[in-house]
Amino acid sequence: MKAEGRVFKFGDNVDTDVIIPARYLNSSDPKELATHCMEDIDKDFVKNVNEGDIIVANKNFGCGSSREHAPIAIKAAGVSCVIAETFARIFYRNSINIGLPIIECPEAAREIQAGDEVEVNFDTGLITDKTSGKTYTGQAFPEFMQKLINAGGLVNYINSNN
Amino acid sequence: MGMTMTQKILAAHAGLDEVKAGQLIEADLDLVLGNDITSPVAIHEVEKMTKQTVFDKDKIALVPDHFVPNKDIKSAEHCACVRKFAKKNDITNYFEVGEMGIEHALLPEKGLTVAGDVIIGADSHTCTYGALGAFSTGVGSTDMAAGMITGKAWFKVPSAIKFNLTGKLSPWVSGKDLILHIIGMIGVDGALYKSMEFTGDGLSSLTMDDRFTIANMAIEAGGKNGIFPVDDLTREYMKEHSTKLPKEYVADPDAEYDEVYDIDLSQIKSTVAFPHLPENTHVVGTFDDIAIDQVVIGSCTNGRIDDLRCAAKILEGRHVAKGIRVIIIPATQSIYMQAIEEGLIQTFIKAGAVVSTPTCGPCLGGYMGILAQGEKCVSTTNRNFVGRMGHVESEIYLASPAVAAASAVTGKISQPSDLGL
Repeated sequence: MKAEGRVFKFGDNVDTDVIIPARYLNSSDPKELATHCMEDIDKDFVKNVNEGDIIVANKNFGCGSSREHAPIAIKAAGVSCVIAETFARIFYRNSINIGLPIIECPEAAREIQAGDEVEVNFDTGLITDKTSGKTYTGQAFPEFMQKLINAGGLVNYINSNN
Repeated sequence: MGMTMTQKILAAHAGLDEVKAGQLIEADLDLVLGNDITSPVAIHEVEKMTKQTVFDKDKIALVPDHFVPNKDIKSAEHCACVRKFAKKNDITNYFEVGEMGIEHALLPEKGLTVAGDVIIGADSHTCTYGALGAFSTGVGSTDMAAGMITGKAWFKVPSAIKFNLTGKLSPWVSGKDLILHIIGMIGVDGALYKSMEFTGDGLSSLTMDDRFTIANMAIEAGGKNGIFPVDDLTREYMKEHSTKLPKEYVADPDAEYDEVYDIDLSQIKSTVAFPHLPENTHVVGTFDDIAIDQVVIGSCTNGRIDDLRCAAKILEGRHVAKGIRVIIIPATQSIYMQAIEEGLIQTFIKAGAVVSTPTCGPCLGGYMGILAQGEKCVSTTNRNFVGRMGHVESEIYLASPAVAAASAVTGKISQPSDLGL
């Protein structure tokens, strides 16, 4: 599986309140949530993001509230992958559970610039910055998480094991 | 090699003699929790599952508390969805508005969480129950859905940081000041993926409400869970509130910790976290005047009876500064009633504060205290992220109930000693 797109860059500690502000949590509709994705940190994000684009951020991405609405909004906005130095643990779980591809790679997260064209190969963990020509290797998922990802998320995994 | 307290609980629930940090396990769950924001997403996931019957109707808690009483039509629809699911599945622990409370204050009060339990909740502050010696952690809605159906969850066994507490907190200094101090020291990702285990002689001076506050904010340091050993105070609390059988676990003497911090409680001072991260901590009295517009006293962090008593002691016979809005929210109906019986509510209203029924409302910028552009709020809640309580250009200063109440009187960030207390 591969992801390819243009990069939107964010810093440290991007919390789930700025990914999807609580004032919109009276909805759980992915399409509606997507229209407010990243609104409080980059109000033009939704206007500028295209299907397949990639978010690159520094450490502790997705910290704070456990709201699954955050990875749901990112996925429904068309983002194909999030690369970060580290992820907050609940966001990490939620992304795997709902099938939003994420990958931890500190070097790539620090060096890749906003607007770069990046390709991620999830089978090999290889991240290629086509703009700079540099390649990086993201951290591989443990076998169990890979099974969840391959099944298309936790619910499918449980269904297939029943 | 020995195991930490958390590792021992997880091993027992995974049917294993031993677990190691980093190991992936599947553990049996004693309780699965959800609220009115996270449960509808979970219920939608359950509808996609081949098996849709809950694993145990007594081991699921559904607590509409975030936007309740319903703040608008969409919130009402979410609550209706949860209510319908609870009825269909005959969920024992569904709490309607008249008997509810903020989930993390309510569940221990109702005796649903005891020492030795493994608890997941689709709310990040589920880590609160570590105060009772349970392993409890926040998850998302899909994990909640899977937990409700299978009674199990997958975990990566965490390593741990030990906080060895000695001494005793000074007057007007509370568990909130301690946990803010710790977050300031290790940062908002200082305990990422890890357990925060609190130990030491100093524990005996911390009230149960202090411990709930401390465990509650483990997530603000990125922690997977915060946990306290069980002592006589815990036993007494559980005996008073629960009929469940607790199980006490003790960390092995040779348990391995990534880091150990020694903290003398007598050195902790009134501490405030400046915008926009809980790690931006400052000791009250060491910064220039900060004029405020609003004070919120409540939430799963600080809406318990100790918190209200502390605020009332300061507000008794005083009045909030002119032009300052003060919103006080008892965390559960039972706490609310106790506050009425003790005359605390009368003190608050006489002082010029408004008192609300239990709700998470203002903490996450839902309703009941939204901030306008440029406004500043001193809040006993747990997060001060950009836009958390309203406008993206508003500011939240996280503080203890004592600091919040003193600030309400002066109109700027203050501590009780500024009022001669």
